[in-house]
Amino acid sequence: MTTATTSTSKLADKSSGDGLRFYAVWLMGIAALIVLPMIFSSGGSLTSFSLIGIAIVFALSYNILLGQTGLLSFGHAVHYGLGGFAACHMMNAVVSHGWPIPLPFIPLFGGLGGLVFAIIIGWVMTKRAGTVFAMISLGIGELVASSSLILRSVFGGESGITTDRTALPKMFGWSFGPQLQVYYLIAFWLVLSAIAMYALTRTPLGRISNAVRDNPERVQFIGYDPHVVRYLAFCFAGFFAGVAGGLAAINFEIANSAYLGAIQSGLVLFSTFIGGTAYFFGPILGAILVTYLQLGLTSVTSVWQLYFGIIFIGIVMFSPGGIAGLLMMHRPLVRAGTLWTVIPSYFVAIVPTVALACGVILTIETVSRYSGGEAINLFGIGFKPQSPVTWIVAAVLVVGGAFVARLTWRRIADAWDRAATVARDRGYLA
Amino acid sequence: MSAAAIEVRAVEKRFGNVGIIRDLNLSVAQGERHAIIGPNGAGKSTTFNLISGHIRPTSGEVKLNGDVISGLRPFEINRRGLSRSFQVTNVFARMSVWENVRCAVLWATGHRYAFWKNVDSLPEVRERTARILDDIHLTHRRDVPAGLLTYAEQRELEIGITIASGATVVMLDEPTAGMSNAETERAVALIRRLTEGKTLVIVEHDMSVVFGLADRISVLVYGHIIASGTPEEIRRDPKVKEAYLGEEAH
Repeated sequence: MTTATTSTSKLADKSSGDGLRFYAVWLMGIAALIVLPMIFSSGGSLTSFSLIGIAIVFALSYNILLGQTGLLSFGHAVHYGLGGFAACHMMNAVVSHGWPIPLPFIPLFGGLGGLVFAIIIGWVMTKRAGTVFAMISLGIGELVASSSLILRSVFGGESGITTDRTALPKMFGWSFGPQLQVYYLIAFWLVLSAIAMYALTRTPLGRISNAVRDNPERVQFIGYDPHVVRYLAFCFAGFFAGVAGGLAAINFEIANSAYLGAIQSGLVLFSTFIGGTAYFFGPILGAILVTYLQLGLTSVTSVWQLYFGIIFIGIVMFSPGGIAGLLMMHRPLVRAGTLWTVIPSYFVAIVPTVALACGVILTIETVSRYSGGEAINLFGIGFKPQSPVTWIVAAVLVVGGAFVARLTWRRIADAWDRAATVARDRGYLA
Repeated sequence: MSAAAIEVRAVEKRFGNVGIIRDLNLSVAQGERHAIIGPNGAGKSTTFNLISGHIRPTSGEVKLNGDVISGLRPFEINRRGLSRSFQVTNVFARMSVWENVRCAVLWATGHRYAFWKNVDSLPEVRERTARILDDIHLTHRRDVPAGLLTYAEQRELEIGITIASGATVVMLDEPTAGMSNAETERAVALIRRLTEGKTLVIVEHDMSVVFGLADRISVLVYGHIIASGTPEEIRRDPKVKEAYLGEEAH
């Protein structure tokens, strides 16, 4: 009995440092956003950071649906795109009417664009969760995406709606012409949105959303209508997706049908899931990784989407909690001080796993470049796609790597089990 | 004289051509502890579902404190002061014990769908949640996800969620099912204490629990109540002996 009480008391222990650490994490994030462009000041990295910032807001908004409320949407980009169009129209209206609205306020109108559509369409969509919601979201996504090409006056057809962000009234003497200024505008809205969305998880509505995710039937018997809960969550997600779309419109000075299509909807689902839906910071990691990969891979290989697919399948199969879930798995071990018993098995596993990955990459690139005949450059080593040597190397890497990697993975699992058992005995794991 | 807490009048429930509940009449007075017993498949859980709004009666009427509630949605009935538990544990598995109970407190304390309040800084919510956790002896498990509790703990949490809203009419569906003798004893003491001054409707298979706890008992057989009365009357009723208790005895 005594062990049981001590073990549970450690789980329940809320150290007084938790509150301080919480603010420290947020302040460090903000500081990093401020300092980043001073360290990496090239135009390319500024553009990357801007895109990542937009992607984070978008992915966090998606997680209000997927992670917080348990709604799988295939059409979230609709709100993002409509936010982008709303922002573009607003910017053009500000310029033509001479309204005194500076650029930093424009994402708010993007958010309203996303919100208004969510208010209109959401009540019907959120009547049911699960497959019904997923299917309707897919349909609405296609409907709006095709409408954007048909309704030319609003969406500008193929070419979209263009705008000039520098034509708006200046603020603090900033014209928002240089990418650096746009980056800071995006960073500002990123911080604002992230804080707001985090705060939302700590409200009665946020907690009831979790309850609806876990068990919509029971929610009805504690006084709540799950339909209303889903609808409100949907509206919030629509608003913040619209903010992200507005930021994108400012960044690119254009909004077009690509903003609200299925690819964009798929990408945000992808980022959020890879990052991990169970933790607030999960989608942030996912958005950073996916945007970075997207920018990096497109310049290296023409079949980058294939690699996305492989990564996605790998995460779904081996780590359904995403990167965040993978990281947080280690927390009890760190606390119990048993993590060091697992680390060596990781290092052992790295070699064959990397070999396997190289084999897969070589195989994919050989197949995709066979007819073109361009050489493959794998970490500085050149391969010819037509050469049997390449095929043999690829086969050996895949088969041998997979064989050895499986053995080392089993060792990780064993080491992990031992460490977890100790952690459980010491009361850091439920 | 005040209206009955629950008044079920001529309720019928058919699934297709099959009548599960036929001409159900039940009256539970204010403050009464009422047990519903009956053999498996008699329609006890269906009766619970009909009263709590989980399913709608094909015909007939259910009243709560004199107001008609049949046809209302479950959350509307809950807001009028009727709360129920489930036979199969029905909690929020990924959320902590604390969150489970707190969610059940939120509507009753008037916070509803609020998205402008910090849920951690609502003193009356915190106090009430803490008190209920204390009542159901789960304070030491407050941060454990509900899905990881032991079976008996989940059953206690189920009761905690049910009473958290402060409903005046509490319906418990087999709260001690699957428990050991010691656990059952503990659960009964818990139920007795937590439903003090409230109306309790309970479905239970354990006859010692039923006869120890209930002021009145109704016997349900094939979707129809064949007898209603005090434990003494039910024990003596020949119809009951034949239909139910006799069957149990051999």
